[in-house]
Amino acid sequence: MSEKSLLQLLQSRFGNVVTGGDADAIDPWIQVEPQSLLNVCTYLRDDNKLRFDLLNCITGVDYFEPDAKKAAKSPWQPHTELVYHLSSIALKHTLVIKVVLPRWKNDQEGSLPEVDSVSSVWRTADWHEREVYDLSGIFFQGHPDLRRILCPEDWVGHPLRKDYQMPLEYHGIRGR
Amino acid sequence: MATGFDSRVVEYDVRTDEMLVNMGPQHPSTHGVLRLVLRTDGEIVSEVTPHIGYLHRCAEKIGENLTPRQWIPYTDRMDYLAGMNMNLGWSLAVEKLMGLQLPDKARHLRVIIAELGRIASHLVGMGAYGLDLGTFSPFLYAFREREKILDLFEEVCGARLTYSYITPGGATADLPPGWIGRCEAFLNELVPIISDYHNLLTSNAIFIKRTCGIGVLSAEMAIDYGCSGPVLRGSGVDYDLRRDGEERYTEMYDGYSFEVIAERDGHYPKDHQYPKVPQDAVLGDCWHRFYVRMLEVMQAIDLLRQGFDRYSAATGDWGTPIKLTQKLPKGEAYLETEAPRGQMGFYLVSDGSSIPWRVRARSSSFCNLSVTHEICRGVPIADVPAIVGSLDIVMGEIDR
Repeated sequence: MSEKSLLQLLQSRFGNVVTGGDADAIDPWIQVEPQSLLNVCTYLRDDNKLRFDLLNCITGVDYFEPDAKKAAKSPWQPHTELVYHLSSIALKHTLVIKVVLPRWKNDQEGSLPEVDSVSSVWRTADWHEREVYDLSGIFFQGHPDLRRILCPEDWVGHPLRKDYQMPLEYHGIRGR
Repeated sequence: MATGFDSRVVEYDVRTDEMLVNMGPQHPSTHGVLRLVLRTDGEIVSEVTPHIGYLHRCAEKIGENLTPRQWIPYTDRMDYLAGMNMNLGWSLAVEKLMGLQLPDKARHLRVIIAELGRIASHLVGMGAYGLDLGTFSPFLYAFREREKILDLFEEVCGARLTYSYITPGGATADLPPGWIGRCEAFLNELVPIISDYHNLLTSNAIFIKRTCGIGVLSAEMAIDYGCSGPVLRGSGVDYDLRRDGEERYTEMYDGYSFEVIAERDGHYPKDHQYPKVPQDAVLGDCWHRFYVRMLEVMQAIDLLRQGFDRYSAATGDWGTPIKLTQKLPKGEAYLETEAPRGQMGFYLVSDGSSIPWRVRARSSSFCNLSVTHEICRGVPIADVPAIVGSLDIVMGEIDR
């Protein structure tokens, strides 16, 4: 199935849940409402024409410019994006799903944005979501075991956020 | 052996106190700094929890502060046993974003370098797997040949481990004069030695006992956990990005003939020249994963030989590396390549400046390792190194 018809199919099947997309991008993508992510993903995996059986990668991208001068010029409002790269081993096609989240839940600094975990759809998501939680600071609801994976358990902060500050010291080791 | 008799049944019957055993992070058979916490009951492991991150450098954060060419050395240090293939993956992703097309010569050069890197990586995988199972000699045999590959790489780029040779836009230099001949001579040396490897390990009775039927990974589970590379193909899934991947990657292999190494109807492609699949072997077990790697060495040799002529006959040059501070077009690109350990993906988001906004590396070993707790459930402790070793992980790539 070509990527364009794939996007059309999803847009007609899910309607307003699919809030955007770009079929002409280098990797065509669709944007999905965070509440419906789990539904869309289950459909993508189970539908006979789609069969996205492989979740390649989950990436958290932080859109935030810490420099106030540059931030005034930046074309976007601060937000966090989750990017899911999917492919189908059986049918050999790919798709990118994007979910846009606020940087902080309810705009309260320190409370992580939340989204449904897709680890029940693809088990790959288990470790990938732990990594995104660890490094980008996004909370996955319904994840079986959401712990830090790459950083130590007592690490403070989420390094891949643009406003992250390296700690001055960690257990007696100099940071900055 | 009487039917239904399992020498391990005695162990299963006896219940003692459960014990938590730490394997690693400094354990000879954990391939680097991997820590496994085993919940054991006597000799039987009931639960394995991998703890990773000891080698974490947050290469992705570093990538947000460097231009794509400056980040290449960091890709070397991810899968340090296949640095060339890492360079290639990153270069292709950057080229995809920039929409660069390479001359034919650069394409064939990359095939040659990537496949040679694959051989070197699988040789270490094979040797280290022997070590895991308690035999030392295959390791030395493997390193003897790998050394020659490193010599060849040294001639090409001056480095033996962290090459930074393949760059977006081509490579940093052409192959030196006479190199193809020396590489060809090396392959002619290597081919007869492969049967030594098979005698040492593949068809060795002890090796077969230690690996057959151990750590069986079903095809469904392999896909569910995102396993790739030899781990996926060892479970009988016929999927190789060199054939099934994105066009930008597969066009590199246009015109090359090769068969994906995966079992079909009980047979591997061209397997009549190699040891037969033992009776006890089950599809998806440690032996199959190992065997796929061994056959991929032969496949790589075959691809290399095809590449030599094409490279010599190709027109054009070996490409022009992009400038160090080349501005990137606005947009994002994700590309996966078939690295020796599986599908290695690179993703970059650009805001139009020369430094990417976000860099992401999808590690193949990361996903391959995530399946350990499933396939290590209920095995004796001695099988844990056998299973983890058969996944052929590199911690530098997992922790990034």
